This record gives sequence, C-alpha cells and structure tokens, in this order.
Amino acid sequence: MPRPYVDPYLSGVSLGLVLLGCFALSGQGLGASGAFANLASHAAGAFTKNAWIDGYLSRGWASWTVVEVCGLIVGAGLSAWLAGRLSVARPPAPRGRLLAATAGGVLMGVGAALARGCTSGLALSGGALLSVGAWVFMLALFAAGFLAAPLLRRLWA
Amino acid sequence: MNELLVTAAIGIAFGWTLERAGLGDPPKLSGQFYLRDFTVLKVMMSALVTAMLGAFWLGRLGLVDTGRFYVPETFLLPQLVGGLVFGLGFVLSGLCPGTSCVALASGRGEGGATVLGLLAGMATVGLAFPSLEGFYGATPMGAMTLPHLTGLSYGAVVAVVTVSCIGLLAAIGQWEARR
Repeated sequence: MPRPYVDPYLSGVSLGLVLLGCFALSGQGLGASGAFANLASHAAGAFTKNAWIDGYLSRGWASWTVVEVCGLIVGAGLSAWLAGRLSVARPPAPRGRLLAATAGGVLMGVGAALARGCTSGLALSGGALLSVGAWVFMLALFAAGFLAAPLLRRLWA
Repeated sequence: MNELLVTAAIGIAFGWTLERAGLGDPPKLSGQFYLRDFTVLKVMMSALVTAMLGAFWLGRLGLVDTGRFYVPETFLLPQLVGGLVFGLGFVLSGLCPGTSCVALASGRGEGGATVLGLLAGMATVGLAFPSLEGFYGATPMGAMTLPHLTGLSYGAVVAVVTVSCIGLLAAIGQWEARR
C-alpha cells in the first residue's frame, strides 16, 4: 500500500516555506512554465528569431528555471518512490484523457506564455508578493476552470 | 556551481512537497473544479498566505532585503485572457505545468501528455509571436502591487488577504463537514 498523501494544510505551509526560502536565496519565486518556454524557444529558434524567442535564447539552455524544474522532477520522483507510489499497479490512463491532457497542455502553454507565468511562478509566487497581474491571472484561471468543468464532466466521471 | 546546487535543491524541495500533497494525481486535481476535492485550493491558499506573511515580516523586521524580491510585472489584458485560456487547459489536463512534471516523475501518462502539449503550446507562441506581440505587450502597468493600486498600506493588504483566505478555507471546511 502506498503512503497516504500529506494533509493539505501542512503541505501548503511547507510549500509556502519552500517559496519563502526560494525568495530569500534567489530573489525570485518558484517557477515551472519558464522552463517550458525556454526549451520551446530553443526549438523554435531553429526556424525563426523574434523578441520572445531571443529573450530565452539569451539565457542559454540551463536557465535558472530549467535547473529548478530538473530538481522538481528529481524531488517528485524521489518522493513518489519512497512513498511506494511508483510500484503501484495503476491502469493506464484512458486514451481520451491523454488526448485531453495534450490539448490542455497546449492551452496552458499558450495561456502561460501570454500571461508571463503559470500557477507557480505567477499565481502563487507573484500572488504572495501582491502583484496585481498575479491576482488577475489566478482569479481568471479559477473562474474559467469552474465555468468549463460542467462541460467536461464526462472526462472526469 | 554552488548557485546551481542551491537552485536544484529548491526544485527538489518544491517537487517533493507537491508530490507528497498528492498534486501529481490528475483526478485529484480536477476534483477541485467539481467540488469533490479541495486539495488544490487548500494547498495554494495556505502556501500563499505563509509566503506572503513570511515575506512581509522578514522585511518589516529587517531580516531580509525583500525589496530585491522579483515582483511579476502586470500586463492586465494578456494576463486576464492568458488566465482564462490556462484555466480551460487546467480542467482538460487535470494538471498545471509544475504538477505535470510531478505526474511525469510519478510515471503517469497524463504527465507526459501534458508536458508535450505545453512544449507545443509554447513553441506555437514563439513561432507566432510577431502577430501576438501587440497583445502580449498591451495594458502594461509595471510592477504594480495591490497596495499601490488601492492606496492601502502593505500591512493592511496583507491582513485583508490573510483574513479572506482563512475565511474561504474555513467556509470550505464547514461545507465539507455538512456534506
């Protein structure tokens, strides 16, 4: 049996302390979409150049966020392994859900690029520093989520 | 080298915390939007309040120079529209960019599918940027914060946000208990 998930409030306070430590040590918040933007810019940069792509190319492959997200993958994998969640036999995700996840990823990629951040770097990190754009983004994403959910009920039934 | 190790360690702690909370589990995350599972809001609100109070008091007590913390710049319209598009993607995938990496690391197919989608979406924006550039830079407000916008003091806004988030979490707790 895998270990149960940690209490959400304890998790939240821990995550808040990790974020605070990140601010103190690096001067910036936790991020995720920046790593995707960086890797996508390096791929797209083979075909074309523009201000958005150049902004990421100038930081090189191993930008701060790419290194941080590599750490994220290691930490999450380690945690899942030690909690016995890697060895659990799970039925593979249904094909419809994988297609929806890909489409959802595309939309989130576009949304995060337009907004200059995602749930981690903009909503949570920027929200904690009371950035207006972070709060606008956070309220908009939850509003859209709650509005779209009834239309997608079959996906998650 | 040292800086690289610190960055990787921050990422490891981030990934560990998300995974332990169950945030690599798409049915669990999507349960938020069907009011079945409030983990997303509970973790996010308590993390935000913790970091917000921490940053406020570290600065107020003069322990850390919080003036050098990076405040994301506000571009009202692209962040509003970006948030709406992002929210739709979140319900479709059951994951967000950070948690898609957690799902991937936990061996979940949805994680890999979302990661591929994210890269494709970002690359599309990169290739189409010349036609998006006007919208991307629209309604700039600089490093605008809620205290600047409202004219309230930093401490007053921190207090209002703290009380609002705790109030929302308390209401969720009561609603869950009655269900």
